[in-house]
Amino acid sequence: MGDSLSHLPQQLANGLTLGAVYALIALGYSLVYGVLRLLNFAHGEVYMVGAFIGYGVLSLLDPALAAGLPGWLGLTAMLLAAMLGCGLLGALIERLVYRPLRHTHRLAPLLGALGIAFVLQHGVLLLASARHRAIHAELILPAALGFELGSVRLSAARLLVIGIALLLLAALSLLVYRTRMGRALRAIGADPEAAAMLGVPVERVVSQTFVLGSALAGAAGVLVGLVFTKVWHLMGVAAGLKGFTAAVLGGIGSLPGALLGGLLLGIAESVSTGVISPTYSDLIVFGVLIVALLVRPSGLFGKRAQPKV
Amino acid sequence: MHAPLLQLQHINAHYGPIHVLKDLSLEVGAGEIVCLLGGNACGKSTTLKTILGLVTPSSGTIVFAGEPITGWSSSERIRRGIAVVPENRRLFGPLTVHENLLMGAYLRHDRRAIDEDLARIYARFPRLSERAGQPAQTLSGGEQQMLAVGRALMSRPKLLLLDEPSMGLAPQLVEQSFALLQMLSRQGVAVLVVEQNARVALQIAQRGYVLQTGRVVLEGAAAGLVANDQLRRAYLSRGSVIRFSPLGHGRAWRGHGRQSGERR
Ligand SMILES: Nc1ncnc2c1ncn2[C@@H]1O[C@H](COP(=O)(O)OP(=O)(O)OP(=O)(O)O)[C@@H](O)[C@H]1O
Ligand SMILES: [Mg+2]
Repeated sequence: MGDSLSHLPQQLANGLTLGAVYALIALGYSLVYGVLRLLNFAHGEVYMVGAFIGYGVLSLLDPALAAGLPGWLGLTAMLLAAMLGCGLLGALIERLVYRPLRHTHRLAPLLGALGIAFVLQHGVLLLASARHRAIHAELILPAALGFELGSVRLSAARLLVIGIALLLLAALSLLVYRTRMGRALRAIGADPEAAAMLGVPVERVVSQTFVLGSALAGAAGVLVGLVFTKVWHLMGVAAGLKGFTAAVLGGIGSLPGALLGGLLLGIAESVSTGVISPTYSDLIVFGVLIVALLVRPSGLFGKRAQPKV
Repeated sequence: MHAPLLQLQHINAHYGPIHVLKDLSLEVGAGEIVCLLGGNACGKSTTLKTILGLVTPSSGTIVFAGEPITGWSSSERIRRGIAVVPENRRLFGPLTVHENLLMGAYLRHDRRAIDEDLARIYARFPRLSERAGQPAQTLSGGEQQMLAVGRALMSRPKLLLLDEPSMGLAPQLVEQSFALLQMLSRQGVAVLVVEQNARVALQIAQRGYVLQTGRVVLEGAAAGLVANDQLRRAYLSRGSVIRFSPLGHGRAWRGHGRQSGERR
């Protein structure tokens, strides 16, 4: 036990990386929920597609990188492609599945989401087979590069993931809290009909919300690939579930909540894996979630549950 | 007689199989205050939604400022000068007072003029200025009413639609907000106000229409309506839906729809 405790600082550091990724995924859930009161359970699959787009771009750039294309350019290309591709995918899902189902039965969007999840999983399975695909992150960043503080080592990849995640979070909160579009987005979350009465193009803003959330999931997919160096077609299942859990833990609909929930969840998972046992880590993580929700049913930043028409 | 700014001509509107507005015609002149009276569920809110383009009439014509706007989208109508203070105010509770006002200017892009209008509204309602950074849901009922009117004014309307502005307000606040409507009308803004509180509405309106199950059953100068026996009987026979005296607040009953205070 004493030996595993000595891993604690390292596990905290690792947990931060994982947490940053969960936070990016959780933000997508919370954004969409905050605007539409809809749980987009296809979100994890969008993240998986983002990881594959990153993989695809990296494979394409492989020769160029080997020939001396700077790694940061390669990474930028991966991120842009994944964010664009996933943003489009999110908008498409909203337009083709959620919008037609919006005013039907309450459970219809949920079933729609499960349908999309299967379509995306199997689509990627067909294109890429069931093998785990290796991400050659060393093409972007030398694996040896890193940063040490006492016994704690953070690889450059992990640092980069945390840095980029924070940058995206900052950009998102500027967008949501400081721009006209963000104001409209929050107004629709509060009262879509009243927003329409002021001339807000509600459907367009809803689309934009899906683009935003999905783009963040795409970025998360690329970042995860850099750290864990492999992608496969079912990687979105657990990540989606954990992103959702993080959003609920933070208080679904709350953006600061999604960030905090993601970080807490990542750290809890990493610490319980490294210090206690990998076998029980999910048990511990979800146990913590259940206890947290018993104490604070609406999550850390959640408002008191209010009925929504 | 004012030149009519708004004309509804033989409007019919349906919600699915329900025929809600029946051959409804009404006019509002520039700078005029007109009230639309009627009991629960007679189609008052639907009339306003039809004017704003949120309900599409099955037949009839709407003319605004000389142009037929029947097929126009809401945002085109708002740009052209129609704004609404909806039933129950419908503020954006988690957004600040300031952000609520900015939402009223959503379709405008003239930054400068928007800032001037904000300053004007804050000058008119110092309470809002003190609470500019506060979430709208923390305001008192009277302040919420000011904000709802301020938000609507942020689009620089020529015609202001109000759906039961007196609802949930103490008598003194009702008088205040109706005095504000009079002032707006003197500044050239036409006002169409839906009310169940007929007495106050008829005090400030020049003309009125009375709706019953989607049909105009009575119209004319406010003075004439106040004296009209039929109007009194129509409402007194429906219980206390319209309270002539004393001025009450809250409602006797609601047949349908949103309860007051549902969104705060
Ligand atoms: N979205 C809708 N779908 C179906 N029916 C509706 C809808 N909105 C209103 N109605 C019905 O249309 C009729 C007129 O409603 P409306 O809201 O216009 O009445 P109102 O005069 O404003 O009533 P109140 O004084 O209670 O606000 C009512 O019978 C109502 O139930
Ligand atoms: Mg009404």
